[in-house]
Amino acid sequence: MRTSHDSHGATFDGRSSTIQPLMPLPVVQVNNIGKAYRLGQPDIKNAMFRDALLATLKAPFRRLSELRQSNKGVDLFWALKNVSFDLHEGEVVGVIGRNGAGKSTLLKILSRITEPTEGQVTLRGRVASLLEVGTGFHPELTGRENIYLNGAILGMFKTEIDRKFDEIVAFSEIAQFLDTPVKRYSSGMYVRLAFAVAAHLEPEILIVDEVLAVGDMAFQAKCLGKMKEVSRASGRTILFVSHNMPAVRALCTRSIVVESGKIFFDGGVEEGTRYYIKGNLPSGSHPIVAFSETDTNEPRMTCVKLMNQGEPTTIFYMGDELTLEVEYLFPHKTASPKLGFIISTEEGYPIVNANNRYQRSGELDTPCDRGRIRCELGQVPLMPGEYTVSLWFGDSIQDTHIVESALRFRVIEYDLWGMGRVPPTNASAMWWSTKFHVDPIHKKLELSSDE
Amino acid sequence: MPIETVIRANQRGLALGEVYARRELLYILIWRDIKIRYKQTVLGVAWAVLVPVLQLAIFTVVFGKLAGIRPDGDYPYPLFVLAGLVPWTFFSQAVALGGQSLVNQQQMLTKIYFPRLFVPAGAVGGCFVDFLVSFAVFAAVLAWYHYVPSWQMIFVPLLVLLTVVASLGAVFLLSALTVTYRDFRFVVPVMIQSLMYLSPVVYPVTLVPERYQWILGLNPMTGIIDGFRSAILGKSWNFPTLLTSAVSAVIILLAGTMYFRNTERRFADIA
Repeated sequence: MRTSHDSHGATFDGRSSTIQPLMPLPVVQVNNIGKAYRLGQPDIKNAMFRDALLATLKAPFRRLSELRQSNKGVDLFWALKNVSFDLHEGEVVGVIGRNGAGKSTLLKILSRITEPTEGQVTLRGRVASLLEVGTGFHPELTGRENIYLNGAILGMFKTEIDRKFDEIVAFSEIAQFLDTPVKRYSSGMYVRLAFAVAAHLEPEILIVDEVLAVGDMAFQAKCLGKMKEVSRASGRTILFVSHNMPAVRALCTRSIVVESGKIFFDGGVEEGTRYYIKGNLPSGSHPIVAFSETDTNEPRMTCVKLMNQGEPTTIFYMGDELTLEVEYLFPHKTASPKLGFIISTEEGYPIVNANNRYQRSGELDTPCDRGRIRCELGQVPLMPGEYTVSLWFGDSIQDTHIVESALRFRVIEYDLWGMGRVPPTNASAMWWSTKFHVDPIHKKLELSSDE
Repeated sequence: MPIETVIRANQRGLALGEVYARRELLYILIWRDIKIRYKQTVLGVAWAVLVPVLQLAIFTVVFGKLAGIRPDGDYPYPLFVLAGLVPWTFFSQAVALGGQSLVNQQQMLTKIYFPRLFVPAGAVGGCFVDFLVSFAVFAAVLAWYHYVPSWQMIFVPLLVLLTVVASLGAVFLLSALTVTYRDFRFVVPVMIQSLMYLSPVVYPVTLVPERYQWILGLNPMTGIIDGFRSAILGKSWNFPTLLTSAVSAVIILLAGTMYFRNTERRFADIA
C-alpha cells in the first residue's frame, strides 16, 4: 500500500502511521491540490455558425501567437489552491460554498473528470460520482434500456444491474412506462428513473453534486433516506455538495466550507452550515443600528439591535428565538416609553405587529432619561426569506421617532422537526408550531359487535 | 485491499487495464449507437444495405462506364468497385462519426468519468455493424454475378482487423484534435473526400507506376482495399503495398492512442 507517494503524501502518511499504527488509511486523501485555468483563453465553443467560421479563419493566427507566448505571462486563475483533507470510511461530508467557490472543481477532480494542476488525490475503493442525474440518458431509448445504459456509465456491471433491476424499477415508481421511450416521460418521471439507478450504486466512495435539487419533495426525501440508509449500513464514504442546508444537516457527519478556492472551514455540520450562511449575507444589513444625535427634544431611539439567543445577528433559522432591543433617550423624563414594531416581508407586506401601548407589560416605576426596551418575540414563526422591521417609538401620547425598515434580517430554512426536509417555502409567509394529535374514532355500534 | 486510484497532474500511460475492466460499457455504448442510429427512420437497418448499393450503382456508371476505368483482373467492374467500397465506406463513416463523437458527447465528458477512448471507439463499433451488413451485400452481388470467390477468402478477417486498426487510429487522433481545435469539424469531411481519391476505391493500384505504389501504400486504406481484392476476387497479392499499409495502420493507431491519452485530461476543461 505504502509504496508510491509523492512528497506530500509521504510526510503525512509517515506521521499518521507512527502515531497510530492501527488507524486505517483514509479512504480519500487529498493533498494540496490546486487547479488553475488560463485566463483569456479563447472560448472554443462557438454557438453560431458564422462565429465558428470566423473563429476558424482566425484560429491559425491565434494559435500561432499563443504558441509564441506559451506559458509566459499568461494569467492563471486558481479555481482551487492548497486544498487538503482526508476522509475516513463511513464519513458523510457536506461540501458547501457559494457558486464559484470551487466546489464543482473539487468534485470534478475527485471524479477524475478534470485533472488537478498540482497536488495528489488518493482514492481507496470503487468510486462513483453523480454530478448530474441521468447522465447519458438517451431520449430515444426506453426506460429499461436507459437503466442499463446509465448504470453502465455510472460504473455498474451488467450482472449487477440485472440483479438490482426489479429494485430499481420499484424505487422509480414508473414500472408501467418501462418500455416507453424516455422522451415521452414527464420531467418528474425522468428524474425518478435517473435517481433510482443512481440510488442503487454500491461504490465505496460516492461523490454527489447538487442532484437533490430536482424532483419533487417526497421523492427527494425518499432518495435522501436511501442515501442515509446506505451510508449507515455499509460504511460508505460520501462527499455531498449541496445548497440545501437541511439536507446537509440531515445527512452529513462533517462539513467542509469552500470559499475562493480554499477550505474555509472543516468540521461540524452545525457550525459549517452557519459559516456558509454568514458568508452569504446581503451587504448593508447589520444587526445593530445606531441613530445619530439630533437636536430635537423629542423622545427617540438611539440604538436598535436584533439578537438571536443573546448574540447580535441578522440570521435566524426557522424557530430561533428573536429578541429586539431598543435603547432610547427621553429628554423629558417620562415613565413609560412606547414601542411598536411591524415585521414585513421583503416585498413590504406587513405580517406581524406588536406594541406595548396596547399591552400591559414593560412599565417603569421611576422615570429616567435613558433606558432599554427588550422585546422577546420567542420562536420566529416565519418561513425562510428576508424581512424588515419598522419601528414606532414615543411616549404614551404620541409616536415621536418612526423608522421604517430600520432593520433587516433573514430567516433560513431549518429542519425544525428533524425530518430531513422543510415545508415548501413559497406556500406561506409563516409557519405555525402545531401539536398534531391523531386518535382513532371507535364507533360504538351495538349491532356490529360480532365483527 | 481495495482498488487504489491516484489522481495527479500530468498522468501518462495508456491505462489499458482500466479499459479492459470497463469493456462492458463499450459494448453498451456500441449497442446504444446502433439502436439510436436507425430509430425514427422508416427503412431502419435497410439503409445499411441501400447506401452501398446506391453508391455501387453510381460508381459503376460514372467510373466504370463513363470514365471507362478497367479493373486490374478478370472480373466485372461492380465487383471490383465493391471490394474497395465495402472497407472504404466503413472507414469513412467511422472517421466522420467518430471524429465528431467527443464533441457530440461533451455533455457527458463534463459530468462523469469513464475511459474516454470508449466514445470514439463506440462510434467505430457502431459503424462496424454496418460493415458486416455490407459484406452481406457483397455476397449477394457475388452471387448475382455467379462469381466464386477464391480460397484466399480466409484472409478476409485479417484484413477486417487491419481496417478496424486503421479506423480506430484515425478516429482517436481526429476526435481528440476536434475537441481542441474545432477547425477539424470542417477539415475532416474534406479530408475524407480527398482520401477516397487517394485510395484505390474506383481505380486499381496498378494505374500508378509500380515505383510509386508504396507511397500510395502509406495510406493504410490502399493496402487494405488492394488486399480485399486479392482475398475475395483472387487478384495476385501486392505484398509491398500491403505491408507498408499494415505498418502505417499500426503506427496510426499507436500515435492516435497516445495523442488521445495525452490530451484527454484536458477534454473536460475545453469541451
